[in-house]
Amino acid sequence: MSDYRIHGANGEWEVVIGLEVHAQITATASKLFSGAATEFGAEPNTQVSLVDAAMPGMLPVPNRECIRQAVRTGMALEAKINPWSRFDRKNYFYADLPQGYQISQLYHPIVGEGEIEILLDDKDESTAKRIGVERIHLEQDAGKLMHDQHPSFSYVDLNRSGVALMEIVSKPDMRSPEEAGAYIRKLRAILRYVGSCDGNMEQGSMRADVNVSVRRPGGALGTRTETKNVNSVRFIMAAIEYEANRQVDLLEAGGAVVQETRLWDPDKAETRSLRSKEEAHDYRYFPDPDLLPVELSDGFLEECRASLPELPDAKRRRYEGALGLSPYNASVLTADVTTARWFEALLEKLGDQHAQRASNWVTSDLFGALNRLGRTIEDSPVTPVQAAELLRLTADGTLSGTLAKQVFEIMLETGGDPARIVEERGLKQTSDTGAIDAAIADVLAANPDKVAEFRGGKDKLFGFFVGQVMKAMQGKAHPGVVNDLLRKALG
Amino acid sequence: MSVDAATVRHIAKLARIAVSDAEVEALAPELTNMLGWVEQLQEVDVEGVEPMTAVIPNRLRLRDDIVTDGGRRDDVLANAPAAEHGFFAVPKVIE
Amino acid sequence: MTGLTDLGIAAIRDGVRDGAFSAREVARAFSDAVEKGRALNAFTAETPDHALAAADAADSARASGELKPLSGVPLGIKDLFATEGVATTAGSRILDGFKPRYESTVSANLFAAGAGMLGKLNMDEFAMGSSNETSAWGPVLSPWRRSDGGNAALTPGGSSGGSAAAVAARLAPGVTGTDTGGSIRQPAALVGITGIKPTYGRCSRWGVVAFASSLDQAGPMARDVRDCAVLLEAMAGFDPKDSTSLDLPVPNWEAALSSDVRGKRIGIPREYRIEGVPAEIDRVWERGIELMRDAGAEIVEVSLPHTKYALPTYYIIAPAEASSNLARYDGVRYGLREAPENGNLTDMYEATRAAGFGAEVKRRIMIGTYVLSAGFYDAYFNRAQKVRALIARDFERVWSECDLLLTPTAPSAAFALGEKSTDPIAMYLNDVFAVPASLAGLPAISVPAGLNDEGLPLGLQLVGRALDEQGVLNAALALEERAGFNARPEAWW
Ligand SMILES: [Mg+2]
Ligand SMILES: [Zn+2]
Repeated sequence: MSDYRIHGANGEWEVVIGLEVHAQITATASKLFSGAATEFGAEPNTQVSLVDAAMPGMLPVPNRECIRQAVRTGMALEAKINPWSRFDRKNYFYADLPQGYQISQLYHPIVGEGEIEILLDDKDESTAKRIGVERIHLEQDAGKLMHDQHPSFSYVDLNRSGVALMEIVSKPDMRSPEEAGAYIRKLRAILRYVGSCDGNMEQGSMRADVNVSVRRPGGALGTRTETKNVNSVRFIMAAIEYEANRQVDLLEAGGAVVQETRLWDPDKAETRSLRSKEEAHDYRYFPDPDLLPVELSDGFLEECRASLPELPDAKRRRYEGALGLSPYNASVLTADVTTARWFEALLEKLGDQHAQRASNWVTSDLFGALNRLGRTIEDSPVTPVQAAELLRLTADGTLSGTLAKQVFEIMLETGGDPARIVEERGLKQTSDTGAIDAAIADVLAANPDKVAEFRGGKDKLFGFFVGQVMKAMQGKAHPGVVNDLLRKALG
Repeated sequence: MSVDAATVRHIAKLARIAVSDAEVEALAPELTNMLGWVEQLQEVDVEGVEPMTAVIPNRLRLRDDIVTDGGRRDDVLANAPAAEHGFFAVPKVIE
Repeated sequence: MTGLTDLGIAAIRDGVRDGAFSAREVARAFSDAVEKGRALNAFTAETPDHALAAADAADSARASGELKPLSGVPLGIKDLFATEGVATTAGSRILDGFKPRYESTVSANLFAAGAGMLGKLNMDEFAMGSSNETSAWGPVLSPWRRSDGGNAALTPGGSSGGSAAAVAARLAPGVTGTDTGGSIRQPAALVGITGIKPTYGRCSRWGVVAFASSLDQAGPMARDVRDCAVLLEAMAGFDPKDSTSLDLPVPNWEAALSSDVRGKRIGIPREYRIEGVPAEIDRVWERGIELMRDAGAEIVEVSLPHTKYALPTYYIIAPAEASSNLARYDGVRYGLREAPENGNLTDMYEATRAAGFGAEVKRRIMIGTYVLSAGFYDAYFNRAQKVRALIARDFERVWSECDLLLTPTAPSAAFALGEKSTDPIAMYLNDVFAVPASLAGLPAISVPAGLNDEGLPLGLQLVGRALDEQGVLNAALALEERAGFNARPEAWW
């Protein structure tokens, strides 16, 4: 429960937020209704089929994999899957819309109601809140307009035209920018686990239409505005905050909120009305006569369900439960699918019994190093297998903690295998009593006065001798052995 | 159901067809007649009737996810009234 | 060799095969006829080279014994079919100058079968019309004239008016047409030729400029039933590029042709007897009934209760689909662009579409936009789709009482240009008998059955069960044989 409030001049206001997220299905090689490619950043109009360009007489043929990914995504959101759905035409004119209509799903979406659990504090289960998902429907993306290439022309690139999108519509269940941020992050995590969408907001594979209204706490819903195509978590949260305050000021000044489409201006950090697109919108939806209803067989649905991976919530709980990780480690390691996969690859080599130690090492040593190097886990110089090796060498006493850190540093620089590094640089920890005795003899000989003081009862000097011996052994001596032999020598 | 001039202009706007006053004059009664004529469907009892989805029983076939098209920009732009630098060109849009 | 243009498709195919004449001679003869026939305005583009190239290929194929089903047969292609590198306008100014970089599946099938193309055939703009008067390139003239001596210019019907005129005037042995609400059958009837609309989904819609997607169906128009069977076999077939295409093998319709209809039950739908239809229509219908009975068929009176609602249903669904299908003509990617001085994008759209579309197309786009607009969807479009379901159900039920339906094709003989173009609804009534089968997606053929008192052809329609093109063709053959229709227009052009 969020008690986020806008404190107006005459009292408090509650914010009501709903999000319509457009997630591109990045799992497919080709478009929703054509065989053209979908890669990001191709030359203009090189990934366009005659269908995408809406040439006369061209017809859409649906991509099975797009249907499959939408269904898998719906299942991941515990949503109702509709075995009978249908494509409708949304009719409007715009330069990025070659057909003069977008093939979408209004009347019978492929996925119905579901929900997403968010944690306001991702280490604290008690801050959990369930956000309702209204529906997921499939639709075509539009092309791209460029306005800055020519003084009097806008340029049209249809590479994106016809790319498959999932529109994931939430219920107006969010009450603060933080909740909206948590929702987006969680949705993004789930999509990445499922693999249907890479969640890359910079490349536009995920963007949100933000619906905001304000009301007196618990009062009747106010008029909402829709801020279109906001493309980062930060901007979404900022847009909500700005919009909520704008509406409160408006209402308290005796004005009224107009239901309208708005645009987020990241430079000015404000939303502004998009009247240009507003004029007389009447989409005249009707079933696309070029397409038959989508009917999903039980076999198809079973395959979709069977293909789902373990999802973030389940994983987090398993890490805390079966693996006994701290809530912090569990949530950090499951927040993104790549981290979780890396960690599990490591455990596979090392064994679950070492899970806690491994999780501490990953969240502190590895993440620390990656931060330092400005790298992500995808391009970590150290592989999970190498990391497992390193942790095993410390476990079996081959490496002391200090040696392990040295070896890890070398691994980061060279990408080499720990065993090899230990071999080549002779960093193995030694229990060779002869060598240690010799070192002790030298240290005692070099510090007769301190030896006298110790024997005279100054016990705390023991640490000094240990340090000196270790130093003499370049840290490679086994601490336990050093202790025993020192006591004998001083005893 | 009588269609007035304002409605004709609204519909023409939705359809993106410029209409002269004379055309509006002519279209208003024509649309009124047409709509009056199709009104007779209101007398049909359609209680419990499902709207037609497929005229001949048929199942939607799904395509495999394979790249089979694209890479034909020349074909795509060949008939364009205005194309520059590989793009279609339209009067500048201010958003 | 004018004699060659008197030959039909099967005769040309067989003559080329047997070496009675060369394919090149045939292509030449018809190309010359096309040129001589320009006064009819039946063609929007002439492509003699295409026809000759196909003919030469046919002649060498014969030499090497590799003849194809349509080797040596030159055809006319309705301008609604996209033809690669050849202007394709759908009879509209808005597609002026459009040269597709692709070939429609149907024309590609015909060319793959060895046929050549004489040219593109004039038609009502976007196939919206029943008289060919809505074509941006001017109306097609029917080769027929009334026997009253007057030279009133008559319509060949529409929308496949150029197709009909070309076959009737012997400018082509066969042509493609398309039928959304009668556009093959009505013109065929008005010029005394044969035309069949197959079951919806038999012929691919890929590359056919869309009018109303749930109704559009391509089909052949030719001089007789056999030629239609031959052409349809080559046009039809499953196409994975069209989601509504039927994944079924194409039957050997020609091989299975038989005029033996003994024991077949021919239904005569009560509701097709309409007020105000001229007596000559009833007379030809009665004659047809007699001929079928004479052929050994059993005549049964049947009822299709929702028939009177077919036309209004059609005039909601077809314009609604068209208003969306024609949204792509916006002056951005092909065709006409009208961009007013320093006007914005919307100004360009509105000017382009105002200049590019003719009055009838605008009228239908407006109707379609209206019936889909906010608040009206359920009252109009959705209700129409329900009534459409009831109309289809009428047919389903009637098949328990009969195997085929026999009706007039059109409510009148050819009328004079300008005679009906002032009253849209009067014009729409031309398709009153054709539209129900279109709404139900059923195969339907029009066969010439006689002349009226003015010496103009009248046609009869046979409608069959879904996928029963064979039954329709066979009954049509029986009618054709007994009607013995051999009238042809005097060449005045
Ligand atoms: Mg939206
Ligand atoms: Zn959307």
